[in-house]
Amino acid sequence: MNKTVLKTTIVSVLMFGFAFALVPLYDTFCELTGLNGKTGDPVAEDIIKKQVVDENREITVQFDANVNSQLNWEFRPTEFNMKVVPGKLYKTEYYAKNLSKKRAITGRATYSVAPGKASLYFNKTECFCFTEQTLEPQEEVLMPVTFIVDSNLREDVDIMTLSYTFYEFDSKNKI
Amino acid sequence: MSHTTTLDHEHDHDHKPKGFVNRWLMTTNHKDIGTLYLVFALIMFIAGGALAMIIRLELFQPGLQFVEPDFFNQLTTMHALIMVFGAVMPAFVGFANWMIPMMIGAPDMALPRMNNWSFWILPFAFIMLGSTFFMDGGAPAAGWTLYPPLVLQGGKNLAFAVFAIHMMGISSIMGAINVIATIMNMRAPNMGYLKMPLFVWTWLITAFLLIAVMPVFAGAVTMLLTDHYFGTTFFNAAGGGDPVLFQHIFWFFGHPEVYIMILPSFGIISEIIPTFARKPLFGYVSMVYASAAIAFLSFIVWAHHMFSVGMPFGAELYFMYATMLISIPTGVKVFNWVATMWKGAMTFETPMLFAIAFVILFTIGGFSGLMMSIAPADFQYHDTYFIVAHFHYVLVTGAVFAIIGGVYYWIPKWTGNMYSERLGKIHFWWSTISVNVLFFPQHFLGLAGMPRRIPDYSTQFTEFNMWSSIGGFAFGLAQVFFCIIVWRTVKGKGTTKATDRVWDSAKGLEWFVPSPAPHHTFQDGAPVKDEQLAHVSSH
Repeated sequence: MNKTVLKTTIVSVLMFGFAFALVPLYDTFCELTGLNGKTGDPVAEDIIKKQVVDENREITVQFDANVNSQLNWEFRPTEFNMKVVPGKLYKTEYYAKNLSKKRAITGRATYSVAPGKASLYFNKTECFCFTEQTLEPQEEVLMPVTFIVDSNLREDVDIMTLSYTFYEFDSKNKI
Repeated sequence: MSHTTTLDHEHDHDHKPKGFVNRWLMTTNHKDIGTLYLVFALIMFIAGGALAMIIRLELFQPGLQFVEPDFFNQLTTMHALIMVFGAVMPAFVGFANWMIPMMIGAPDMALPRMNNWSFWILPFAFIMLGSTFFMDGGAPAAGWTLYPPLVLQGGKNLAFAVFAIHMMGISSIMGAINVIATIMNMRAPNMGYLKMPLFVWTWLITAFLLIAVMPVFAGAVTMLLTDHYFGTTFFNAAGGGDPVLFQHIFWFFGHPEVYIMILPSFGIISEIIPTFARKPLFGYVSMVYASAAIAFLSFIVWAHHMFSVGMPFGAELYFMYATMLISIPTGVKVFNWVATMWKGAMTFETPMLFAIAFVILFTIGGFSGLMMSIAPADFQYHDTYFIVAHFHYVLVTGAVFAIIGGVYYWIPKWTGNMYSERLGKIHFWWSTISVNVLFFPQHFLGLAGMPRRIPDYSTQFTEFNMWSSIGGFAFGLAQVFFCIIVWRTVKGKGTTKATDRVWDSAKGLEWFVPSPAPHHTFQDGAPVKDEQLAHVSSH
């Protein structure tokens, strides 16, 4: 009887831990499959060299910018659409301005790529994701994004959207 | 056996502890704890029902009449939390406490002191949860699924709700461990696994589900708590978290949870139908396997609650097909119940009426579930009154009808008094007609696009909502009537003395002890005789 109680108690404790284990499992799963528009980390230069430029395909990349309601910033892409060829490196910029007249504000952006099935083929070599950005009152900044659309992108995708959302960064929002 | 039970009966009066505190607060007796659970569940059922009455009152006509939208959201949230964790689950634990030891020939539950503790945690958990109604910002109002970010934007209730859920979880887990330890270690000699009544089998499986998923729920709400108060960002996109992750964790718990609320009902129905059809249960072994299959499948279908959240096509397909698979073991069960009744010498006492209504109405709920398992169609049904109709068919005319049927079936054994058959039948027809008036129109409302959890609606929905509210008030009143029937039976008013066997062809060990069941039973450890059992498998 004690054995049964011990075993069932251990199962309960392990399942409590399992709930927390689901957090990294979910993240890994999303990164591997591109679920939720996760694109993985910025790619190294040597991956870029392996790309085959496919001049016959034209992909439209749309740029989207959002500001969380609690962040007093202006934030927008400098261009909304870009026609790109898979395998080539492109650069664009986002514009941000601290609208506050008194306060320096630190923001941090999250991003995603839609459609989800294309997100794994969107490689950023430089971006401002998850880095803290402090703007002095009324300060403006241009933030570059360089990216390359993988030449193995599936046939049925010809439009992709890169979306950024800026949040105010405070100690409550630590990763 | 009859000799020993007579002895028990004579000892009975000496062994009951004297005084209210000793008898109820300090009790370690499985029958007294079972009674406590059942009474607690009935009180919570009335409390949760009262909230539902206010909801139906507000929805009687379009526009805002009686309550503010925010309070309406608190009502729907608390109605669900109270009914799920306060009424249905404790009622089944009450049945388990009363019946499992008597059905397997055990003198008590395996861990009687823990049994006392797991009950007495519950009133405190629900006082804490209920107290949030009186706080700044009121009770939780984000729905019983507690989805972030909405739930994190409420008032001061979050910590109270989370700790209340922790306490309920600890209570359920201890109860489940107790059930498993009892069934696996305390069966009387000659009570093999495949001789156990189906109620015991379904509870054993339910207990395993409980220890597997209640801790996951506890983990999920703990993450909500730390997100809100300690700056973690499990579900906060600003810190790299993901609100959808909560939905996955919640439904990994939530789907097995809905089977935790239905498997014991299957067990109760499988006890009632053979008694009144006067035939052994058809396909006993297939019933056991079907229950286990349902329990297994419950772990791999969770995301069908989230079809519209934005999932890849492949995942939608997988969860759709896996969900449809569940209808096979469930179909086996419904088939077996019908086959048990086939050519049986049936009589229609109140427990049997509730059992038959269960089979029919639960199946309707199953069919609407099957409709929603179709992923593309679910985009239309999602978060409408169609889902509300669906889960009330499986939980009210399913789980609650099984509980009420079980109460009528075993209350003569518990109290020694035969309830009034006339009042029971009135209660049955009153409940069955009104519950259909209450929930059936909600299917149409949902298909026409009326969203759930909204206190107002467009005027074209008025008639069906009025029907639904009238059915709701009638059903609520019928359950007050049920309380009166139970009270009269306990007090022996207008009742007759119950015989030991109670029903003329009832089988199973509980019918071979006196009525009312003595305070202590099966203390001699004598082997069980096969002829007393309903199922004697050749295994």
